[in-house]
Amino acid sequence: MLLLHCPYCGPRWEQEFQCRGEAHIARPEPAAEASDATWAAYLYLRSNPKGLHYERWQHTHGCRRWFNVLRSTLTHEIVAIYRPGEPKPELKR
Amino acid sequence: MSSQPFRLATGGRIDRQRALCFRFDGQVYWGHPGDTLASALLANGVRLVGRSFKYHRPRGILAAGVEEPNALVRLGEGARAEPNTRATQVELFDGLVAESQNRWPSLAFDAGQAGDLLSALLPVGFYYKTFMRPKGWWERYERLIRQAAGMGRAPQGADPDRYAKMHAHCDVLVVGAGPAGIAAALAAGQRGARVVLADEQAELGGGLLAAASLIDGQSAGDWLALALATLRAMDQVRLLPRTTAFGYYDHNFLGLVERVSDHLAAPPAHLPRHRLWKLRARQVVLATGALERPLVFADNDRPGVMLAGAAATYATRYGVRSGKRAVLFTNNSEAYGAAIALADAGVQLTAIVDAREDVRDDWAARARERGIRLLAGQAVVAVEGRRQVAGVRAMRLGPGADQVTGLPARLECDLLMMSGGYSPTLHLYAQSGGRLVWDPLRACQLPGEARQAVHVAGAARGSLELAQALVEGTAAGAQAAAECGFAGALPEAPQAEPAPAAASLRPLWLVPLSQSSGGKRFVDLQNDVTAADLMLATREGYRAIEHVKRYTTAGLGTDQGKTGNINTLAIVAQKLSADIAGLGHTTYRPPYTPVSFAALAGQDRAPLHEPVRRTGMQGWHEERGAEFEPVGQWRRPHHYPRPGESMHEAVARECLAVRQAVGVVDASTLGKIDIQGPDSPKVLNWVYTNAWDRLPIGRCRYGLMLNEEGMVFDDGVTARLDQHHFHMTTTSGGASTVMNWLEEWLQTEWLNWRVRFTSVTEQWAVAAIAGPSSRALLKDLAENLDLSDEALPFMGVSEGRVAGLPARVFRIGYTGAQSYEINVAASHGMALWLALLAAGEKYGITPFGTEAMHVLRAEVGFIAVGHETDGTVTPDDLGLARLCKTSQDFLGRRGLARPALRAERKQLVGLLTDHPKTVLPMGGQVIDRAELRPPHPSLGHVTSSYWSAHLGRSIALALIKGGRARQGERVWVTNDGGLAPATIAPARFLAPAEAAR
Ligand SMILES: [Zn+2]
Repeated sequence: MLLLHCPYCGPRWEQEFQCRGEAHIARPEPAAEASDATWAAYLYLRSNPKGLHYERWQHTHGCRRWFNVLRSTLTHEIVAIYRPGEPKPELKR
Repeated sequence: MSSQPFRLATGGRIDRQRALCFRFDGQVYWGHPGDTLASALLANGVRLVGRSFKYHRPRGILAAGVEEPNALVRLGEGARAEPNTRATQVELFDGLVAESQNRWPSLAFDAGQAGDLLSALLPVGFYYKTFMRPKGWWERYERLIRQAAGMGRAPQGADPDRYAKMHAHCDVLVVGAGPAGIAAALAAGQRGARVVLADEQAELGGGLLAAASLIDGQSAGDWLALALATLRAMDQVRLLPRTTAFGYYDHNFLGLVERVSDHLAAPPAHLPRHRLWKLRARQVVLATGALERPLVFADNDRPGVMLAGAAATYATRYGVRSGKRAVLFTNNSEAYGAAIALADAGVQLTAIVDAREDVRDDWAARARERGIRLLAGQAVVAVEGRRQVAGVRAMRLGPGADQVTGLPARLECDLLMMSGGYSPTLHLYAQSGGRLVWDPLRACQLPGEARQAVHVAGAARGSLELAQALVEGTAAGAQAAAECGFAGALPEAPQAEPAPAAASLRPLWLVPLSQSSGGKRFVDLQNDVTAADLMLATREGYRAIEHVKRYTTAGLGTDQGKTGNINTLAIVAQKLSADIAGLGHTTYRPPYTPVSFAALAGQDRAPLHEPVRRTGMQGWHEERGAEFEPVGQWRRPHHYPRPGESMHEAVARECLAVRQAVGVVDASTLGKIDIQGPDSPKVLNWVYTNAWDRLPIGRCRYGLMLNEEGMVFDDGVTARLDQHHFHMTTTSGGASTVMNWLEEWLQTEWLNWRVRFTSVTEQWAVAAIAGPSSRALLKDLAENLDLSDEALPFMGVSEGRVAGLPARVFRIGYTGAQSYEINVAASHGMALWLALLAAGEKYGITPFGTEAMHVLRAEVGFIAVGHETDGTVTPDDLGLARLCKTSQDFLGRRGLARPALRAERKQLVGLLTDHPKTVLPMGGQVIDRAELRPPHPSLGHVTSSYWSAHLGRSIALALIKGGRARQGERVWVTNDGGLAPATIAPARFLAPAEAAR
């Protein structure tokens, strides 16, 4: 049961949120010119890492805002939380 | 009355002034407040408390606490009965009723003990081996096995009690109120931290409750009382007795279950039975103690074989001697304390059988002082007696502990105490993600690297000594508080007298069989798993401990192998000549001890299980006796049967009323989203396949929504109320999906667009009237509302008053009849409904449900999301390609151009059966030949199928490969085990009324 810090509401428990999959999947534009492979990658290819993962969450049962989370899929450590449009935090290795 | 032959004359923390009457297997016994069911049974000389799961061997009480594998009883009667409770943890109360389990047909005479003889037929892995063939026989065998084995019976009837949930936060959660836990709570509390101290027992104190040592110059009991009083006096400290921390989850979130009133015959009205605590702690201190391990020798399951520490606990805490004459079999010095405690309580100690050679430490000296005979370098190889211990035999243990030699010595006893060492209770620590490290010296797992904010103190980190536990507890509590920002000088740890010096333990995982013994050596007492089973598994090639566990079922009982798991691990390692550390360990999963489903469910049951959404007219539907169908969380009227009317008759009547007069349907459940802002048309252009810029104010348009794969996921009508103001409708079931879809794009991609979405589904009540008389009816009720075709054309929207209520009227519909959807404030829904019924009486107004609605929409070929679409259907498949704009991009457009969609597709068509009365089954498969002769490739399937009273025949919609080009072809549809012939037709059986085009 994660403790997530909604950037708009503060710390709330996981039950108030929904994980919305990997973040920073850009829609190919213009879509009509995207190759089949590019479109397939946009639709289906995800990094699925063992470790740090950029992902989107929505505070569904709260402010309903979407935001980004950098989380370890291995330990559930939350490394960063940032709003859509804000730069992706770089990984320190 | 209260003859308790095994109760000591003095001592223990029981209230001897009061007697409690209880029944076990129908027999009446007496005990005292402070007793557990187990201690009271022992006080009464009851040693046989159950039969084993597989072999039905007699089983007695092994432990005094949570780890008990044998003494599982069914507690209580009727709907309150609870199977598989551990007698060692059941607090005695007056009137308690318990019965033994696995004793078919009775405890003393047990037909199932043939299981002993049948054991050759129940080898390890018998679940996988014995009964797999012939096919289907397993079901028969299983019933027999379940009757003979079984793990208790579930109660009949609904649970009459209430269960509560509590959400809580604290700075420091201390789990375990033994010496280390109390010291930690004191240290953290004194620093000002908000502390929760939880312990599974009724009385806080853990090992202190049976300790004989002095702390800070006082007896352990006096010190404990003072410490608890100090803690109670601190406002920010909460003590939770009878509370088990059963699960340690992510980010220091723990699940605890408080047994609020299990110790009462029935909970008082103001109290729940259990309370589930969902607790987030900034820091956790685990002072969870250690569990003594049994030794593994022949017939080690005989009633009267008991853990040494348990026998001591029964004597010192409960004033009960577990036998008259005892032998201690040990591989460590700490267990000597138990023998000495029993000797001091007046039990005759026949001997101490110690696996170690030449023991010369303080403990041995103390035993010698009491004249107890010491048999060093020896092991118990046999237990005499069938129903209970009547003596044991000991032999010399070879240097490698792999054989026994010499002549057996017979030792007279009725109680065999055993101790194979101590396993720190690290279940929660392992659940938290902390590593466990094998310590070969102490022969146990110790906490390694932690993953969460957790500290371990006392016996849980291998520190068995009281003085050391107090020091570690103080340090852990102070440290945990400091990490929450509560600094200060390190509090002084309570001082206990040092424990006697102890020589180190000799690991002894499996006592060799002697020629004269040859009995079963049990490793998992609850699941009847023996050392031979483990060895057979290794011979059969099992190497991974997780596999051995599942194959042999060792550790899979309700006790989750608390006494047996480390022995299992060590014996398997020994057989594989592997390092125990290298073998790893099985995964520790929540719950630590069983948690009732009722506690987990709490109040979320019956009507509160899931909220039901109600429209403003719901009460009328209920009163009118509608049959309901669930649509999401709504309950929509499916049809309104009149007395004596079948469903089909009712639906036919409702349909005809719409085609011939006027019907009314509660359409409040339709999803409604208010869209405002200058960028609204831009949003609609993206989320719908068609164009929205030029929709005039006061007009509506139908739209399809696609996901990025190009598949239809919702549809609906959206109206332009003003230049920058739209009213979107969605399907009843898809409202939240659409809302999420809009928000996702707006918040993650269209960051600076000036548009806002508001869900207004529940703000509007909607009554849709449909049928040739609908306009006349609306006219009777309308004020300030011009219903002429010029002012309110088909697909138009107007505002005004209906039945005196402010209303938004959409001239749209889903039935192909002339219709109006009248939207009023939700609180006006019932008033509108009643006004329509009253005014409509002269027109023959008929309320209709969702089934009639579906028949009517299928007659005119309107799709229903979820019928004609299933996530794999494109607009073109539905014959709606004309709704896809070609000039601009929209969500899903590129998806439609995927190569996978270029092959021949299934397309929406109608089906007319040869026999007009045959109504095809929805989902029926369509094939191209008149006989069932496999393989028959499917052409497609039926998506909607109804009896049309208006047309006097059945109608069906279907998705069929290349269907639009196959008009007039004959096909066959699977129907009730056979095939029904039908002809492909256009997907519209009736033209919509002139006024609805
Ligand atoms: Zn929020």
